Amino acid sequence: MKHAARAVSIAALAGTIVPPVLFFYGQVGLEPMKAWMLASAVAWFAATPVWMNR
Amino acid sequence: MTDQIAARHEDPVDEYEREPVPERARLGFSSFIGQYAGEHTAGTELMIGPLFIASGVSATAVVGGLFVGNLLAVLSWMFLTAPIAVRARMTLYFQLEKICGRTLVTAYNLANGVMFCFLAGAMVTVNATAAGLWFGIDMPGLNDVYPNGAGWIITVLAMGALMTVVAAYGYKVVARIANIAAPWMVLVFVAYGIVAARQLGIESVGEFWPKAQELIWTGGEPLAGRAKFTFWHVMFFAWFCNMAMHIGMADLSVFRYARRSWYAVATAAGMYLGHFIAWLSASILYAHQLQATPGNTAVLPGPLAYNAAGIAGVLCVIVAGWTTANPTIYRAGLAFQAISPTSSRYRVTLLTGAVATVAGMFPAIAMKLLDFVALYGLVLMPMGAVIFVDFWFAERFGFRRFYAEHSGVTINWAAAVAWLATLAVCLAVVNAGGLQIYFVGLPGWFAAALLYIVISRLVQRKEVRS
Repeated sequence: MKHAARAVSIAALAGTIVPPVLFFYGQVGLEPMKAWMLASAVAWFAATPVWMNR
Repeated sequence: MTDQIAARHEDPVDEYEREPVPERARLGFSSFIGQYAGEHTAGTELMIGPLFIASGVSATAVVGGLFVGNLLAVLSWMFLTAPIAVRARMTLYFQLEKICGRTLVTAYNLANGVMFCFLAGAMVTVNATAAGLWFGIDMPGLNDVYPNGAGWIITVLAMGALMTVVAAYGYKVVARIANIAAPWMVLVFVAYGIVAARQLGIESVGEFWPKAQELIWTGGEPLAGRAKFTFWHVMFFAWFCNMAMHIGMADLSVFRYARRSWYAVATAAGMYLGHFIAWLSASILYAHQLQATPGNTAVLPGPLAYNAAGIAGVLCVIVAGWTTANPTIYRAGLAFQAISPTSSRYRVTLLTGAVATVAGMFPAIAMKLLDFVALYGLVLMPMGAVIFVDFWFAERFGFRRFYAEHSGVTINWAAAVAWLATLAVCLAVVNAGGLQIYFVGLPGWFAAALLYIVISRLVQRKEVRS
């Protein structure tokens, strides 16, 4: 469970920073980028409490 | 920042308050990295970056000034604060009580608590700009001093009440959320800058520096009512925005847990993530706002974050503001409670939060955050000089270390005069227009140290002779 949660957290961090980088290089639009960032935020706050500071 | 400045995601002060931290309770290097990285990525960073642009800073001045100023801040923690912290292993308050006496420490606590309240007020303001976005309320402008409408007052009141109740009853929950949120928040702050840079028309890394000089930090005239910032302003601001913490010695309470004094290098995580990257990112957000809507000079973190990162961006503002306001309100409550130890901590925290909320209704504090942060450090800095001199040089200059503890006085007049006279002279110089507030901290520290040595020798002359 903790390993899976950790993997989701790492993916969520990637989902937070990669879409803005893609937006910078013109590979993705502003609205899809914002949607990815929101989904990643939800994933981060859902998964991280499972393994961090317990 | 600053925060910021004064905020702490952990609350180690509740332990070993009147004894040195024992070996078993000491912490490793990584504990300090996480704490400082999270603490200095606060909602108020989104105010500070734009205010640099409002002050007409150039690209070279802001990047160079932040780099050098943050380096000096880290070195101050490493070579002034931490060496005393790991030798004495006492809280700031306990060490001050031994030097200054109970009554003087109470006065220091009062000053500290009041400054914490106003700082927390600025954090409430930041969060209200995020919450108000959903309700479409009229937001304050860059030069607004008073609340600008019922909608703003109600929003601040709601945010402040929520933060206060949580600080009083759910402190540990929010402290845990702060730790969890820190890595995500840092990346969202980076994302703000990346997105806003593209929105400004920067399309590659190679274009960044030339366009930054042309579009972001142009070095032109400051906006109305703002002082012109140079490299020196930025450097001294970056160095001294946490002056209360390093040369003011407040972080003795933190580094007394460190096994080695070099662990203070961990403060670089906070300085270069929060006070370099986050401030530059926030600047870029504001530059895009000025380009997209010329004439809209309002510094409103909520809308700025929303334009770049949508709901996730606004969520980051709320989390960053909340997780730093929470311990700031809590610590202000602790400072006030030390004055009246029989009062309920919950009641004191609720009262403190109410004061912070009222302060948050006045946008002037947040909009003049650069000046307020400088004042905050200045108020607490002289006591840092007193501690430094008392710890390292008391015997060399022929007076007794921990004078109040040995003599039983409740006010050590050497410390009292060093504190209040230094502060009075610094503020007089600023008010007379001799120096701007960002520049008086350094000479002020030396003045406080010198005053403490001279007056200690006078006050203790009988003991010195014997």
